[in-house]
Amino acid sequence: MKQFQKGSYNLDYSTYQLSGLVVLRVLIGWHFLYEGVAKLLNPYWSSAAYLLDSKWLLSGLAETIVSDPVLLSISDYVNMWGLTLVGASLLLGLFSQYTALIGMGFVILYYLFAPPFLGLEFSKPGEGSYLIVNKNLIEACALWVIYSFPTSHIIGLDRFFSNPESN
Amino acid sequence: MSDNTNQDNGTNTDRRELLKGLATVPVFGLFLVNLWRKMRRDALKKSNLLADLFQEKSPPTVVSDLSDSRHLNLGIIGYGGRGSHLVRGAGFATKGWTDSASENARKNKLDKGFETFMQQEDLNVSLVGVCDLFDVRADQGINASKNEVRPSGGKSLESATRYRYHEELLKNDKIDAVIIATPDHWHAQIAMDAANAGKHVYCEKGLTRTFDEAIDLYDTVKRTGITFQLGHQNRQVEANEKAKQIIRQGLLGDINLVELATNRNSPWGAWVWDIHPEGNSKTIDWDTFQKPAPNKIGFGEEALKRFFRWRCWYDYGTGLSGDLLSHDFDAINQIMGLGIPKYASSSGGIYYYKDGRDVPDVWNATFEYPEKDLTVLYSATLSSNDPRGNRIMGHDATMQMGGQSGGGSVHGFIVKADPESTRYKERLESGIINSQYPIYSYSPGSKQIDGVTSATSRYFANKGLLYTYREGKRVDPTHLHVKDWLDAIRSGGQPRCNIEVALHEAVACHMATESYLQGRKIEWDPKNRRLV
Repeated sequence: MKQFQKGSYNLDYSTYQLSGLVVLRVLIGWHFLYEGVAKLLNPYWSSAAYLLDSKWLLSGLAETIVSDPVLLSISDYVNMWGLTLVGASLLLGLFSQYTALIGMGFVILYYLFAPPFLGLEFSKPGEGSYLIVNKNLIEACALWVIYSFPTSHIIGLDRFFSNPESN
Repeated sequence: MSDNTNQDNGTNTDRRELLKGLATVPVFGLFLVNLWRKMRRDALKKSNLLADLFQEKSPPTVVSDLSDSRHLNLGIIGYGGRGSHLVRGAGFATKGWTDSASENARKNKLDKGFETFMQQEDLNVSLVGVCDLFDVRADQGINASKNEVRPSGGKSLESATRYRYHEELLKNDKIDAVIIATPDHWHAQIAMDAANAGKHVYCEKGLTRTFDEAIDLYDTVKRTGITFQLGHQNRQVEANEKAKQIIRQGLLGDINLVELATNRNSPWGAWVWDIHPEGNSKTIDWDTFQKPAPNKIGFGEEALKRFFRWRCWYDYGTGLSGDLLSHDFDAINQIMGLGIPKYASSSGGIYYYKDGRDVPDVWNATFEYPEKDLTVLYSATLSSNDPRGNRIMGHDATMQMGGQSGGGSVHGFIVKADPESTRYKERLESGIINSQYPIYSYSPGSKQIDGVTSATSRYFANKGLLYTYREGKRVDPTHLHVKDWLDAIRSGGQPRCNIEVALHEAVACHMATESYLQGRKIEWDPKNRRLV
């Protein structure tokens, strides 16, 4: 049984629970890391195409970003490096609890820029069929789970920074 | 004993601590190994694919900057829709245009029209003469000549003089060069008069209304030695130069068939243009307008229609031939250096716009080059917007330009290998090349965003006639084309669409037009310079 103190909660994981949570964290980390690295390696990548296809609440913001070269390059850099760093952090278990929240922020933004709602048509063909719920939303929830059930202080580099007594 | 056990326990605990802390590091290592393998695979694929195919060269630059060397005075003859765009390309827009363009940019941040205009280079020219047969448009030209809003900090200049007749404008000794953007039936006469008066000429396409006029104009330009530019701004489009390089390197293999297409589906696209509310017998000089036309009518409702929608009648132009085939033919001539075809035939009809016009709205033409083992097909419709794009079909690969598959962006192109290609046989078999996916794609400005919205704008943008890119920056090819002409005047060189290539376009288009009108195949006799 692993136990640690977090706020007023005591979280005890069985080995199965711990394994499941770590695997989830590592897989999401891998996904983020490659999404980031692939963008870094592609000199032609830009967030513009995604933003231009934005619908609903944030479409105005998307248009503002796209029409301003400075904002657009900031958006590109934040995406490329943000995804890479969040990915590496989750994979290695370094500051994972914080980066899980940041990662969640990213995916929720992706969801909100292009939500699969009734009546919204997107020009980019999706790779699956979605109604309100899509993989972005699910990944955001998975990151919420990772934030709520931290594991990096047990399996991960955070272990070296945490109080061994509580592990 | 117990001390030893404690020590062992301590070491074990430390080791366990370390292992747990580093447990996911091997996964990170696995990631890096796979990333490295993927990058190596991609690099290998790319080098296998490209090594013997492309020697990437930097994009062609505009003729060297000569704008500050000599001030030139311009005259515009025909300040209509196209004329006003050309004059904007030279740096002069009406107050109405700059106001509405800046307002549009304020309302829609993606609308870059105003920004593109304001970033144009100052070409060191003045607009000193405006000639138009319609008072309203002449006044607009005057307005543009003195507008304070000018690109790149250009000074505001004195007002231009209005001329009723082009002969009067040409008598003004101060004028060095003229832009001719009248309907096609006036091109030859005005351009020849201008050349004889020693003025340099920028003439809109189609070059002339008839074949004989084209030959006469060619001879006049040659004899007078003026700098002549035909208004095919596609000559400035980077994608065409890239395409030319690729074809020159033999990437497509033997090319026996080229398909060019025009698709439009709007009244505007079919030349049903607005009749100006102020157009009447007092504001329009109808008699002068129809002077070179073979058939003449009195002023009235029909004349108004013909004045504003002149492309619909053979009396003033050649319909699809001079308006749209001319662009596509010149583009393919630029890319492949085809010259004048040996034979041309064409057919079509007025199927959709039964509004009294006499030019076809669906029209197909075939050009044959027996010496080059090549046929060029042109197919046009004004009642379907399905963007077919232009295709250069080779034994080894096909290049698709514009239209739907324009490299995913405006006026780009893609090259796909042919599954039966000889050249790529081994690479197709080994999977390095997949004929389903482009082996080369060119999408300029892929990091730049334009608010190209209307169907007509998109049509032109797909053809590369609205915008082009220089070092990733959006520029109006019309501006570059005017600049190219002015630079050639100053340097004494040849502009990109000079009278030689202008003649290719004109003869090819007239062969196709004559074939439709005469209902037979037309042959070009290069020796005697006549159509047989």
